[in-house]
Amino acid sequence: MRVLRNLLRTVSGSVGLIMLIITIASTVLTPFLSPYDPFALDFANAMQPPSAAHWFGTDNFGRDIFTRVMAGAVYDMRLALICVFGPMAIGVLIGLVAGYLGGRIDAALMRLTDIVWAFPFYVLVLAIVGVLGPSETNLYIAFFLVNWIGYARIIRGETLLISRLEFIEATRVLRFGKLRVTLRHILPNAITPALVYSMSDVVLTVQAVAAMSFFGLGVQPPAPEWGLLIVESIDYMRDAPWMTVFPGLAIVWIGIAFALLGEGLSTALKPKG
Amino acid sequence: MFLAILKRLLMLIPVLIGITLISFLLLQIMPGDPASRAMGSRASAEDLQAMRELWGLDKPIWVQYFYFLRDCVTGSFGVSIFHKQPIITLVADRLPYTLAIVLYSTVIALVIALPFAILAAANRGRFLDVAIRQIFVVLIALPPFWLCYVLILWLALNLGMFPTGGVGTGFFENLYRLFLPSLVVGLSTAALIQQSLRAALIDAMKADYVDTARAKGLRGYEVFLRHILPNSLISTISIIGVRVSWIIGGTVVVEKIFSVPGLGSLLIDSIVSRDLPVIRGLTVFFAILVVTVNLIADICYALADPRIRLE
Repeated sequence: MRVLRNLLRTVSGSVGLIMLIITIASTVLTPFLSPYDPFALDFANAMQPPSAAHWFGTDNFGRDIFTRVMAGAVYDMRLALICVFGPMAIGVLIGLVAGYLGGRIDAALMRLTDIVWAFPFYVLVLAIVGVLGPSETNLYIAFFLVNWIGYARIIRGETLLISRLEFIEATRVLRFGKLRVTLRHILPNAITPALVYSMSDVVLTVQAVAAMSFFGLGVQPPAPEWGLLIVESIDYMRDAPWMTVFPGLAIVWIGIAFALLGEGLSTALKPKG
Repeated sequence: MFLAILKRLLMLIPVLIGITLISFLLLQIMPGDPASRAMGSRASAEDLQAMRELWGLDKPIWVQYFYFLRDCVTGSFGVSIFHKQPIITLVADRLPYTLAIVLYSTVIALVIALPFAILAAANRGRFLDVAIRQIFVVLIALPPFWLCYVLILWLALNLGMFPTGGVGTGFFENLYRLFLPSLVVGLSTAALIQQSLRAALIDAMKADYVDTARAKGLRGYEVFLRHILPNSLISTISIIGVRVSWIIGGTVVVEKIFSVPGLGSLLIDSIVSRDLPVIRGLTVFFAILVVTVNLIADICYALADPRIRLE
């Protein structure tokens, strides 16, 4: 609650939060309020430019693009959030274990992250999905295999840093167990930079999952996922540019929202003094 | 210096072995028989058996890894099923285009980031600084694959200023044809460089040597050009080094969309045609590329700043 109050005190944090609430509200409400079905074909109204009736225009099958983009938000938000916070949980755990145990296990884990770090993110995710075969499940597998690295490195570094601080020394005098100290005193402090990083991670992950679907390697048609909406629009780009532009703007909108939230969080979580 | 570089090179050996191991394991996570996955369901039993023997799939797993390591060390990286050529030949044809986009986009990123970083640092905390930061937040939020099409639609199709894709012959024609793909990669890099360059400039402005230079009577722009800017740019070298993995990854997407015959296009085409040895060989090669550029960046960093020692 204190964090939320601090977050709302920053301009970027409040704007980001408002943008996110607008997104969630319109995603939830559109199926009830929109007069259009995201899948029903209506050839009489094909490729209509944006108007009062069709805010984002219609596609080559006459489907309302606004309704489809809102239906697609469910896919992209689910993918992005799971692909960030799932690996984050794994990375935090591994980082804590490395920092907590130290020694050889720490050295081995850090060597592993060094090596995985050498592969460009897109190359590794593309290769994993390419080998496993295109599907939404395999997309999750690829992101879980790759995305934990950043968090493990951040948490491990923070754990080492915090372990040397005075208040942790004090717990040793009090003879607290090492596990208790790690979970109750180190973790809450080490998580802050990981949380800030996760916000910019969401920005890039929304783009990455949409890009994977765009290349036919993620969510499969006929889902109105944003990357798919864009790839399906390419042939009509010249005559109906709104088909390409609006699903992309949805990705930009989400990106800005999370980037601002990240900026706000980094201010809100900064310790006083 | 020479010894330090040699030491860095020796330290790379375990990393390179790790890279080949991970790429090797990548193909092991594939469900089912790799030979039938690669050749499709219509392949005959003899063909499948021949394939297994060719790839050494009938051997124990560590022997298979040894074969792959041998292919990497001898420089072939394996043989493509689809192109029926050693992977290194495919890579050699395509590497120049990928390197060109990496370099070109880095130059574009610097050209965009530098003036904005200077403006932001000079107006720190004021309206202009905040406004510039918001512009770069929007830049980061632009998905590259979509931005490619927006630029094609706007600059290529509507205004006819650029071709929609492909490469040409000669330096100047490619400078023109590779502009849009490099711009897309460069814009996302610019956002990263601008933030760190701004911070470095602000740090440098507070440094003691700046006061000394001013006290000696140098004019403001002289202090800036001779002392503040060079020192801030040095730290930017290391940021580019750290981010090179991201830059190289970004080329994959733009190459495919702008039909540039680089390594990224090859990777995506190989995924579509299920050319597994190429996918594996390319992941190794991409990682080697990143490690090499990182090393070059580290050496440049050490050469530019005598306080830094390569360890």
